[in-house]
Amino acid sequence: MGSDCSSVVAEELHVLAVDDSLVDRKVIERLLKISSCKVTAVESGRRALQYLGLDGEKSSVGFDGLKVNLIMTDYSMPGMTGYELLKKIKSSSNLREIPVVIMSSEKVLARIDRCLEEGAQEFLVKPVNLSDVKRLRDIILQGYENDEDKGYQKRKLQDLSPTSSLARDLTPLKSASASASAQQSCLKRPRL
Amino acid sequence: MERNLHRQLANMKKSLFDQGYLDEQFIQLEELQDAANPNFVEEVVTMYYRDSARLIQNIDHALEKNPLDFAKLDNYMHQFKGSSCSIGAKKLKNECTQFKEYCETGNGEGCKRTFQQVKKEYAALKKKLEHYFQFARQVGPVEKACRPK
Repeated sequence: MGSDCSSVVAEELHVLAVDDSLVDRKVIERLLKISSCKVTAVESGRRALQYLGLDGEKSSVGFDGLKVNLIMTDYSMPGMTGYELLKKIKSSSNLREIPVVIMSSEKVLARIDRCLEEGAQEFLVKPVNLSDVKRLRDIILQGYENDEDKGYQKRKLQDLSPTSSLARDLTPLKSASASASAQQSCLKRPRL
Repeated sequence: MERNLHRQLANMKKSLFDQGYLDEQFIQLEELQDAANPNFVEEVVTMYYRDSARLIQNIDHALEKNPLDFAKLDNYMHQFKGSSCSIGAKKLKNECTQFKEYCETGNGEGCKRTFQQVKKEYAALKKKLEHYFQFARQVGPVEKACRPK
C-alpha cells in the first residue's frame, strides 16, 4: 500500500537553502540545524537547479541521495532571482511538488503577490528567525502526515486541493498563522 | 567574582543596545548558540566583516566614477544592507537605508556623504564587537558562572 513512498527516506526534513549572501547562508543553516533539519546550502539558483538535477530531469535527489523536502530561497540574487528559480521549479514535473519559500528583506506587496501566484508556499521577510523556521517545518511535516493519513503513496502532482495543508499559505506577512495542531503533530515522527 | 564578569558583559551588551548599535536580530543570533556552538555569533560577525570588506571597496570605487551608476550603487548597498541586517547592526542598517534613498533620487553628494558615515559606523561597530567578543570569551559559557565554588 503506502510502503513505496519515494518521498520517505529520512526522519528529518531535508532543506535546500539558496542565498548569494555568505552570512545569510550561515545563519539559515544554523536555524535549520537547530530545527532538526538537514541542510544543503547553495549560493545561486543555477547551483540549486543543478543540485535538484533539473537539467537531467532526474528526481529531486541531490548528490548525497537525499530527497529535498523544502526549498528556501532568497529573492534578490544575481543571475537568477528567487522568483525565476521558483518558476523553474514549479514548471518541472519532478520538482513542482516541493514547497518553495521565498525570503526577502523587502516587503513589496507586488513581489509577494507574484511569488504566491507562482506557487510559493510562503514569503518570509528577512531576517528570518527561529520561529519562522520552526513554523515552516511544522507545516511541511503536517503535509506529509496528511498524505499518509489519506493513504497517498506519493503526493499527487495535481493535488492542489484547498484541503491539502500544502495549499498556498496566503499569509505572506510575518504574522504567525500556523495552527496549534500543526505544532502538536510535529511530535509524531512521520516517515519522510 | 565570575558573576561580576557576567554582569560586566551584560552591561556591555546593554550599552551597545542603548546606543543603538545593535537590535533584536543580534539577540536572535545569540539564542542560536549552545554548548556545541558557543561562538556562533562571533563566527557570523567575523564572516560578515570579511565578506563585506569587498562590498565596501566596490562601493568606494563606484563612487569615484563619473557619472555615478546609481543602479549599481544601489545593488551593492542592497547586499551590504542585507548582511548588516542579518547580524543586527541597527545603526549601520539605517545608514544603508539612507544611502539607498539617495541612490533612488540620484543624489550623488548625498550618497558620498552617507557612505562616509557608513564606513565610520562599520569601523566603530567592528571595534565594539571585537571588544565584546573578547570579553565574552574570557567570561566563558554561562554554565561556568553557575558552578558553585
